[in-house]
Amino acid sequence: MATTYRICPRSGLQFDTAAEKLMRFHAVAGVLALLVGGIMALGVILTRWPAIKLLPADTFYMVLTAHGIDMLIFWIIFFEMAVLIFASSTLLRCRLAMPKLAWVASILMVIGAIMTNVAIFQGESSVMFTSYVPMQAKPHFYLGLILFAVGALLICFIFLGTLVVAKAEKTYEGSIPLVTFGALTACIIAIFTIASGAIILIPTFLWSLGYIREIDSLMYRVVWWGLGHSSQQINVSAHVAIWYAIAAIVFGAKPMSEKVSRTAFFLYILFLQLASAHHLLSDPGLSSEWKIVNTSYFMYFAVLASMIHGMTVPGAIEQAQRLKGYNKGLFEWLRKAPWGNPAFSSMFLSLIGFGFLGGISGVMMGAEQLNMLIHNTIYVPGHFHATVVIGTTLAFMGLTYFLVPVLFKREVLFPGFAKIQPYLFGLAMYVVALVMMGAGTLGVSRRHWDMAFAGAPMAYEWPGAAYLMMGLTGIFSCIAIVGGAGWILQIVLSILFGKKLEEGEIRSTPIPLTLPAPTTGSTVHPPATPGTMVLALIFLTAFILYYFVNWKYLSSLWGLS
Amino acid sequence: MADQEERIPVMQKWLDNPFLLVFLGVAMPTVLYIVWGVMEIANIPVAR
Ligand code: HEM
Ligand SMILES: [Cu+2]
Repeated sequence: MATTYRICPRSGLQFDTAAEKLMRFHAVAGVLALLVGGIMALGVILTRWPAIKLLPADTFYMVLTAHGIDMLIFWIIFFEMAVLIFASSTLLRCRLAMPKLAWVASILMVIGAIMTNVAIFQGESSVMFTSYVPMQAKPHFYLGLILFAVGALLICFIFLGTLVVAKAEKTYEGSIPLVTFGALTACIIAIFTIASGAIILIPTFLWSLGYIREIDSLMYRVVWWGLGHSSQQINVSAHVAIWYAIAAIVFGAKPMSEKVSRTAFFLYILFLQLASAHHLLSDPGLSSEWKIVNTSYFMYFAVLASMIHGMTVPGAIEQAQRLKGYNKGLFEWLRKAPWGNPAFSSMFLSLIGFGFLGGISGVMMGAEQLNMLIHNTIYVPGHFHATVVIGTTLAFMGLTYFLVPVLFKREVLFPGFAKIQPYLFGLAMYVVALVMMGAGTLGVSRRHWDMAFAGAPMAYEWPGAAYLMMGLTGIFSCIAIVGGAGWILQIVLSILFGKKLEEGEIRSTPIPLTLPAPTTGSTVHPPATPGTMVLALIFLTAFILYYFVNWKYLSSLWGLS
Repeated sequence: MADQEERIPVMQKWLDNPFLLVFLGVAMPTVLYIVWGVMEIANIPVAR
């Protein structure tokens, strides 16, 4: 099939024209979903803020459903599809396999996303993103999700097909690049995710039409979390791949050890999805063996992998910086990092927040006994806003600062705002995650329209701190929403009205592979990375302390002696 | 450059095979999470 290739004069990357259009399409679709989800976030938070309590209960649940689905499913997965296409055809410098099919898939995804949104906003499908049975949504709610998933699955296959094309046409030598390997990990997890989704959502769709009498609610929960949890692990793999990519783009950093980083991704492939069971730790009917094997024994391999990535990414940056001469003391390399470059600052805030806030809290609540402390409290959204918002969304935002000139060929408007945006959005979200976790530790429920239980027969007296935390959640959420809305505005305006940049050379054949000059290996020793070591030790200390505090807390909840 | 017959380690061969990885990445959670979990639920006696 004939296509053309564009060589981007700013990055040297080579884009297959068909692939490039698809990437732009998915990035834009994702940002639109983020826009809807973001407006919904305002409704959610202004209702959960006890002093405001904006929406009536039924609207609140509708808005919460839209927030969860547009953010967690549509925004993230659309963007991830762009990442898959980029990591295959662009990084392997080859043509995209089956571009026509890719368009069919993309259109299916858009139709699905619109259909589900229509169902939600018609009301009567306020089942929240988990759509637990026996709550029933309208059939087109499920159908939209199914169409979206089919489209995403097709793009996963196209990603794999492109790997085959690249290998057959010898556009690379040896192993695929590390970032592509990370994307492959995401793709594999996506295949399992979508398969689980199909197994459970197709019967649920038929049930909503009346063809099936009943769906067992526990069965639903088990299979649904194969989708619900694993989809989060697509995000983790994708944003870790983006961390590596941004480290390479901004610093020219090379992975400290390809072997170690790839092994860590391999651990993800094997073990990350098993942690789906941590959503069912408080469910009856499933044995402790099943729970513990899936969430502890095996899942800790995946945690290990995350810690490896969390060390090797800053480690690679430290090496690159030290080679440039930033050698003073432990942290000159970090102090002299380009903190004003939004791609870097987003990525670094994403890494630290994901590790310290999302990672530590996730391991804590993933232990069967400790899970009881926070199950179904607002601690849980606190935790996953640290993972999917600070970890994934912020990393995607950072990458977009790089993609606007490279992929959309426009200059980013408002560079002054771009400098502070990652801090505005990211740091506000740090606080939001922390205070939600604080409120959850005190027992405040998630998905609860009225924590005060006004008019309920049995009153409950919250400690004042619970209201304080929820008030702070409200305030800092609004700051984060300003940071997020600013980003959307900035990106959309830049794409529409930013200064047009040079296209670069268009060719009808890909550039033949030019092998990098053989490094005269052995003699150059990469510098040691003591700063990263210290960061890792701080992390471990925080981890251990927090873990113990929670066991202590658990032991004091019920006096057993 | 190094000699042509440089042996590729086994682990690297595995990691270079995307379809093997797809198989492993789907089989592991299917067996340990889905199949095992569904079997446990199916074995819960029905209330009468
Ligand atoms: C400034 C931005 C955001 C704010 C202020 C915000 C706020 C909130 C709050 C307060 C809740 C909990 C509501 C409750 O349980 O009662 C929530 C739920 C949720 N948020 Fe966000 N959020 C934001 C962005 C995001 C993003 C970017 C994502 C995903 C990428 C996301 C995914 C979710 C999900 C999946 C839920 C759970 C919905 C449910 O329980 O069904 N949020 N959000
Ligand atoms: Cu999970």
